[in-house]
Amino acid sequence: MRITQGCFSFLPDLDDAQISAQVEYILSKEWAVGIEYTDEPHPRNTYWEMWGHPMFDLKDAKGVMMELEECRKAHGDSYIRINAFDSTRGWETVMMSFIVNRPAQEPSFRTWRQEVDGRSMRYTHELVAR
Amino acid sequence: MNEMSKTEITDKKKRYAAGVLKYAQMGYWDGDYEPKDTDVLALFRITPQDGVDPIEAAAAVAGESSTATWTVVWTDRLTACDQYRAKAYKVEPVPGTPGQYFCYVAYDLILFEEGSIANVTASIIGNVFSFKPLLAARLEDMRFPVAYMKTFAGPPTGIVVERERLDKFGKPLLGATTKPKLGLSGKNYGRVVYEGLKGGLDFMKDDENINSQPFMHWRDRFLYCMEAVNKATAVTGEVKGHYLNITAGTMEEMYARAEFAKQLGSVIVMVDLIVGWTAIQSISNWCRQNDMILHMHRAGHGTYTRQKNHGISFRVIAKWLRMAGVDHLHCGTAVGKLEGDPLTVQGYYNVCREMQNEVDLPRGIFFEQDWANLKKVMPVASGGIHAGQMHQLLDLFGDDVVLQFGGGTIGHPMGIQAGATANRVALEAMVLARNEGVDIANEGPEILRRAAKWCKPLEAALDVWGNITFNYTSTDTSDFVPTASVS
Repeated sequence: MRITQGCFSFLPDLDDAQISAQVEYILSKEWAVGIEYTDEPHPRNTYWEMWGHPMFDLKDAKGVMMELEECRKAHGDSYIRINAFDSTRGWETVMMSFIVNRPAQEPSFRTWRQEVDGRSMRYTHELVAR
Repeated sequence: MNEMSKTEITDKKKRYAAGVLKYAQMGYWDGDYEPKDTDVLALFRITPQDGVDPIEAAAAVAGESSTATWTVVWTDRLTACDQYRAKAYKVEPVPGTPGQYFCYVAYDLILFEEGSIANVTASIIGNVFSFKPLLAARLEDMRFPVAYMKTFAGPPTGIVVERERLDKFGKPLLGATTKPKLGLSGKNYGRVVYEGLKGGLDFMKDDENINSQPFMHWRDRFLYCMEAVNKATAVTGEVKGHYLNITAGTMEEMYARAEFAKQLGSVIVMVDLIVGWTAIQSISNWCRQNDMILHMHRAGHGTYTRQKNHGISFRVIAKWLRMAGVDHLHCGTAVGKLEGDPLTVQGYYNVCREMQNEVDLPRGIFFEQDWANLKKVMPVASGGIHAGQMHQLLDLFGDDVVLQFGGGTIGHPMGIQAGATANRVALEAMVLARNEGVDIANEGPEILRRAAKWCKPLEAALDVWGNITFNYTSTDTSDFVPTASVS
């Protein structure tokens, strides 16, 4: 199952030139760039592991692409995403987030339903490895 | 009107003698008044009856929206009445519109109860719009001092927290209104919700008049919609939502529906503007206490916002709603089927999203407004838009907007999922291109055609709707630029 989190999951996977162009866009906004990875892409798993700290004050995308390459070497069969952070007052949050690496076999989710209180239902989603 | 009748009578004996005076003579006009930073300011567009002097008409507006009645009352003298009187301080002809005048009125802060839009509206629009010496009146804009702004909690969630909660960043959110509006059973209704969300939308939505009619009890709707939302989350790995409309006949019933939505795990509830200011502030408090996003449908606003000569501009309604505290607000599309000139609509978006509004006459913003860190409202563009307009929508409104394609999703020839996918692909392709530095306003159609080569649903959408436009001249347009229409 293709997990469709992030800005560009409905497009064909971005190649490195396309990723680099998006990073240039992020830098043109003076946002910081963070690389994160996980094996648990649950929609409520907010905290993916950080591949180092977010990178501040970069001049061009090359440094990010090098870090991404290192991250892929170490976690090539995990999800990897690039996040952009804006420190401007009133935002101070993630401004952009897109997946740049996926495992060969993506997991799926199983929905657990618990019937309670009349027709009410409690839902929870469990990650199922493929 | 001679100069004497435009001047406040300062001799107390003459001023408070029983009888009728001009409003200007009573002290509601002061052409030299410098508004204080702590004043509430209002701009009215007025059309005085034939023979009524515009300054006297402006003074009457100030009078009738503050302390005045039609005749002199001695009881004024028991109060610091000079300070309670609103002051019309500037009157100028509306450019290119003979017979209409912009009249600026300043109100002392003491005239308003803290944290109450009901009180603001009762004062500012309570009486003046029926006042006989005016043929018509329209409240165009307001400025609230920071001190007053800080008495409002504002949006319970705001754009930043909404995005963090949904884990969705860097592009507009996508939605669709479930159609047909009326008649679907709960089970059939939930099917539409599931298909749209699975196909790629972030939100589905109840329409404004979906409440609890005989064909679909509200609890059935909530149960089936939340089944659809959860199933769609499982098959996409994304947070999904459905705006459950909790609008009801009483506040007690609205709270009951809100509680059920919360119990089922919904991230968002919805109310219609017609529930009224007090109900909106109450449900906003509830949302703040229950981590719920509050979607506001501006049902009914066209009755008083559309005509330029009489009523209230939507930019004022948007300001009041940001203060009252909503998270989503329908603000128009500019390119869709409903009223809205592009610059004027952008003005509403700026009211929702900026930390500080600067004066911007082409967009209809007449006052600076410091929002005192009140959270940002996510505008919603809904009504007759389709994938073929994606470049225009992204160019006009940027990332922080919910784009809602109802017919443009559900009416897709290959089905609802395909309709949703067409919109999602069109959006992502456009954001990607914009970020790469492509001039999407001009090259947008080409970007869509290229994506359509590998995305059949988008190709079908462009085939059906690619040439559909709603190219009518808008009614509510800027007074400071030539009327624009989008083609």
